[in-house]
Amino acid sequence: MTAPPTGWSDHPAARALAGRHRLRAWEPIPWLLALAFYFAFPKYLGFGTEVLVTILFALSLDLVLGYAGIVTLGHAAFFGAGAYTVGMLAKHGIWNEPITGLILAALVAALIGLGSGVVLLRTQGLTLLMLTLCTMALLEEAANLAHDYTGGFDGLDSLPIAPLLGWFEFNPLYPRTQYLYVLSVLFVCFVFVRTLVYSPFGQSLTGIRENTLRMHAVGAPVRRRLVLCYVLSAAIAGVAGGVWAQANAYVNLGTLGLDRAATVLIILVLGGHGRLYGAFVGAVAYMALAHFLSKIYPTAWQLGLGLLLVVIALFAKNGILGIVEAAVRRHAPRVT
Amino acid sequence: MTSAPLLETRALRRNFGALAAARDIDFRLEAGARHALIGPNGAGKTTFINLLTGVVRPTAGVILMNGRDITAVPEAERVKLGIARTFQINRLFRRLSVLENVYIAVAERVGAAPSMRRPAGLRRDVVEESMELLDTLKLSADAARRVSELPYGRQRLVEIAIALGLEPRVLLLDEPAAGVPSAESHIILDAVERLPRQIAVLIIDHDMDLVFRFAQRITVLVSGAVFATGSPREIGANPDVRAVYLGQVARG
Repeated sequence: MTAPPTGWSDHPAARALAGRHRLRAWEPIPWLLALAFYFAFPKYLGFGTEVLVTILFALSLDLVLGYAGIVTLGHAAFFGAGAYTVGMLAKHGIWNEPITGLILAALVAALIGLGSGVVLLRTQGLTLLMLTLCTMALLEEAANLAHDYTGGFDGLDSLPIAPLLGWFEFNPLYPRTQYLYVLSVLFVCFVFVRTLVYSPFGQSLTGIRENTLRMHAVGAPVRRRLVLCYVLSAAIAGVAGGVWAQANAYVNLGTLGLDRAATVLIILVLGGHGRLYGAFVGAVAYMALAHFLSKIYPTAWQLGLGLLLVVIALFAKNGILGIVEAAVRRHAPRVT
Repeated sequence: MTSAPLLETRALRRNFGALAAARDIDFRLEAGARHALIGPNGAGKTTFINLLTGVVRPTAGVILMNGRDITAVPEAERVKLGIARTFQINRLFRRLSVLENVYIAVAERVGAAPSMRRPAGLRRDVVEESMELLDTLKLSADAARRVSELPYGRQRLVEIAIALGLEPRVLLLDEPAAGVPSAESHIILDAVERLPRQIAVLIIDHDMDLVFRFAQRITVLVSGAVFATGSPREIGANPDVRAVYLGQVARG
């Protein structure tokens, strides 16, 4: 093959690279479904809001875990940081406007991400995993001890969040505003993450995940990139936490706990990491399943989830989306 | 300092505990050189490359590039100075396409990599250059394939392509034909012989056909120390070298 006079942009490889960020035909579907849910299930909007927040949180984890390959078990540290930022500012009468509140939540979480990331990301593997866990435990304990500010074990409830745009009230009993608000926030954050992962920066994160040593050898400032990715992901997790606190008018130690951090990891693996929409599929599948299983078997519902996870871990390392992709590839072998 | 070689080491030493993997190595690589580094297994050849690229810090001694002391310069910055390498065992971005593998290196060199907004595929300059480079290595037909799907010999070519994407002035090839079945090894040889003249190449290899065909100068490393340096003819005729090394492989 020699270079065509028009350059290489028509080569299949160049076309694949230039076309992968384009909107695919099915991509509006999850958003339309989310809107349809609003009209179809007005009684389940509380549950729906919780799912949307979880998707956002899982998306932030996908950026570090799925794209940059940073294995963390402490991502709830940033979720909790965002939630407590919103909660403390509102409860102590300092700030209760929701949108700017989210920006503050993102900033605080990003700062914690920066401070911890600079230290943590010198390590890898099991050490890194333990250190992320420790960071989260430290924050949780700090929130527990600073009782006067955080409400300690009881948390802060009845947060006086101002109406959205000065008009739409957050009503905990009829969370219609919350649902649409969280959906909008999720959309904005999703567009950001989607742009990021298809950019040259995102490509270099993928390079770090695939082969860190080689990234050093091509002259990439690996640690700086990882820290930056960690900070951005922390900010999004902070937004998820902030929006959760606003939607529930409530914040407690659970937002910072291992339970939340582990659940979001499970959700991402279940849906498929490094795939953007894995967060959507995983959150919906996990939470819907948890919801129905707990109704059918109130005492032993976690057993069902556990079995499902074992099956996924054994037979589908790329999660539900991985199964779908493999099926699509089998029917159209030259798609990618 | 016009006479300063492109890359030079003086009394370069590295100890791993009690083991001296590099013993006071004095070495010169001239601009545009074709230099081979040979020696028995465990002679410290890869350690020497790791020292030159900054992966391993020397215990003592200095490394100079164009007469400038770069001993303390970190790995990533040495790449910017023009030192690139390949690895003895493939270190590729296995789940990415061949084009993406080279794209990452080129994007890093031209400073596109920190960009967060434009889609990577729309950096036409990076894509064009990567494809051009793959074409010179006869890899353009494979550009869309996942690199892990390629035959091993062609994966070794991608190793070289990534290094060339950094536009090096010094290229360190650590056993480029290692693990390649003999039926395929000629493609590596061809590629190595057709490397741009202006790049100084240091090649480690056990394949004496390749070394003697390619190199203008050979350095023999034994137990971490320079045992002999000279032209291929001198090295081939050196009885000591034949005794310690060449005698072990089937070459008369």
